[in-house]
Amino acid sequence: MKYVDDFRDGDVARALGAAIHAEVQPGREYRLMEFCGGHTHAISRYGIADLLPPQVRLIHGPGCPVCVLPIGRIDQAIRLALEHRAILCSYGDTLRVPASDKLSLLRAKGRGADVRMVYSPLDALQVARANPGREVVFLAIGFETTTPPTAVAVKQAQAEGLANFSLLCNHVLTPAAMHAILAAPQGVQLDGFVGPAHVSTVIGSAPYGPFARDYGKPVVIAGFEPLDVMRAIQMLIRQINDGRAEVENEFTRAVTPGGNRKAQALVAEVFELRETFEWRGLGTVPASALKLRAEFAAFDAEARFGVPYAAVPDHKACECAAILRGEKRPEQCRIFGTACTPDNPVGSCMVSSEGACAAHYTYGRFREAAPATTTSA
Amino acid sequence: MKSAHSRPLDLKHGHVDLSHGAGGRAMAQLIEDLFARELGNEFLAQGDDGARLPACAGPLVMATDAHVVSPLFFPGGDIGCLSVHGTINDVAVMGARPLYLAASFVLEEGLPLADLTRIVSSMAAAAREAGVPVVTGDTKVVERGKADGVFITTTGVGVRLDGVDVSGANARPGDAVLVSGPLGDHGMAIMSVRENLAFDSPIVSDTAALHGLVADLLAAVPDTRVLRDPTRGGLAATLNEIAQQSGVGIVLDEAAIPVRPAVAAACELLGLDPLDIANEGRLIVVCPATNAERTLTALRAHPLGQEAARIGEVIADDRRFVQMKTRFGGRRMVDWLAGDALPRIC
Repeated sequence: MKYVDDFRDGDVARALGAAIHAEVQPGREYRLMEFCGGHTHAISRYGIADLLPPQVRLIHGPGCPVCVLPIGRIDQAIRLALEHRAILCSYGDTLRVPASDKLSLLRAKGRGADVRMVYSPLDALQVARANPGREVVFLAIGFETTTPPTAVAVKQAQAEGLANFSLLCNHVLTPAAMHAILAAPQGVQLDGFVGPAHVSTVIGSAPYGPFARDYGKPVVIAGFEPLDVMRAIQMLIRQINDGRAEVENEFTRAVTPGGNRKAQALVAEVFELRETFEWRGLGTVPASALKLRAEFAAFDAEARFGVPYAAVPDHKACECAAILRGEKRPEQCRIFGTACTPDNPVGSCMVSSEGACAAHYTYGRFREAAPATTTSA
Repeated sequence: MKSAHSRPLDLKHGHVDLSHGAGGRAMAQLIEDLFARELGNEFLAQGDDGARLPACAGPLVMATDAHVVSPLFFPGGDIGCLSVHGTINDVAVMGARPLYLAASFVLEEGLPLADLTRIVSSMAAAAREAGVPVVTGDTKVVERGKADGVFITTTGVGVRLDGVDVSGANARPGDAVLVSGPLGDHGMAIMSVRENLAFDSPIVSDTAALHGLVADLLAAVPDTRVLRDPTRGGLAATLNEIAQQSGVGIVLDEAAIPVRPAVAAACELLGLDPLDIANEGRLIVVCPATNAERTLTALRAHPLGQEAARIGEVIADDRRFVQMKTRFGGRRMVDWLAGDALPRIC
């Protein structure tokens, strides 16, 4: 594939890996958090760790939209579908997240709920147009990348007078989550961030300034291709070696300091800050999520159907919360790979391919067990 | 002989209705004017509830497969030919020569008879081309909304080839793993015409009957250990099955795995892995490493195996993991697909 293969080139990767080996200082550990699930996935899928020296420790961050959604949010969606008989539309992974009463949206579908997987909020609009007699709710999730398309859908619905369309809004904000991780008193020790790729195309690189300035943590924004990740790691190592803490941009082909102003304006027109929002793992974080502005209140499913959010504790054995904060690795959870697998996830991190647990289970768990040549036949 | 039915079936504008499955005259007419006409052979012509078949020389193999693909027509094929190829392939990869097929149709009330005609005609053409006749069948009609157009279940019977012992349990450490052609064509061809996802692409399903390729291969390399057709779940699922059954591990070389650029691009766009995508005309072969070159030559000599490649090797591994050396230079597992990324693909 033209334009993509260049960023996956094995020869370049080996050369870059050798350079990184040469640059790490002996006896020093480099604890780098890749915030985004997209990076977590790339690291596991391409086996990036195999090309890095052992001093570089990659810590998975909370940037997986499905993972940070608390159980109570899925419960709301299930109530809309089962009790209010709405057609509930959402992205594929969301449908498999475990909720209360051993349900998920997919299992609710088995009980007669009308749940539909869509690839875009505009698909949900199409469902609303095609079913004028039914309520259609789009379960909107995601960081700044998926918010502009949702804003487009809401504006489009308003323009068309689509009265049967509404939104269960769970859009969240990346900088607020990074702040929550760094501000946690007993939190994970980090030396720097591999900064978000697609999120940064929307918000730009400027919003990460405080993490370098106030917390002294280098941030290098990186694309989602494996060479992007390796190059960003090299840039972080150089900052750490030099004692610098700056926001640098590896993903210059897509990210500018100011980001996508048009998308930002669109989001600001439709959404405003929620005072607080509960995240899985991070707890209740102030000013970390969005809700519809008063002018668009008619499209707010929470208000329309009267399904307020109620917090629900995670499964007792599930370590998703600590994993999302970077404090534990997936294999340190005692139900990882036993009670909790991608086929029967207990926690949200085992659901999405961007989740730390699913990525490790699907791509990396051969590293845990004994070496490959234990028997002879 | 004059037809017993006063009015001919309107195959152009008519629709399936409940009477076509009710056992009355309408059903007899549908069978006679459509199924028998298209699929006709000496066994169907017996006109009984089943087919009387001649004795077979050798142990029998039997396989069955239900086909529920949506949409019914897709680039490179339709549910008709797919239902013939699918079962022929299941019999063939058992190391057998497919002899006969049985077919059961569940038709949805309202299905245009023109569509049904196209499907049955495609099925007949596939059976003829493969030399494997549909010798008996059944038709049921269900109310509108209780099925999706047409579901077809086919069952195949074949006779095991002499001196051949292929099974998913036969892979041994050191064996070579080969594939007969590029992966993911069928699944992505279906995706490209799905209602909610249609995208322009040159991708065409690989649906094909593999028994000729299998026969040629087994003639050239009789001590082939494993044959499989990687349908649902793709290469990843099939190799995990083989690893489980044989109690071995497998290591793939990503750079050697053939995937067409259009399939790779479509997968990239949709966040899918070509190794998870269904194929309907590909063969996975495991053979002793010493036979790998002969196997490759035999596969490439057949029109359906021209793009065959050696993609990995079997290793000893109690954990029965399938791993892959990535083109990037790392290593990762190739696991079963979790959930169902692509429902109703075959």
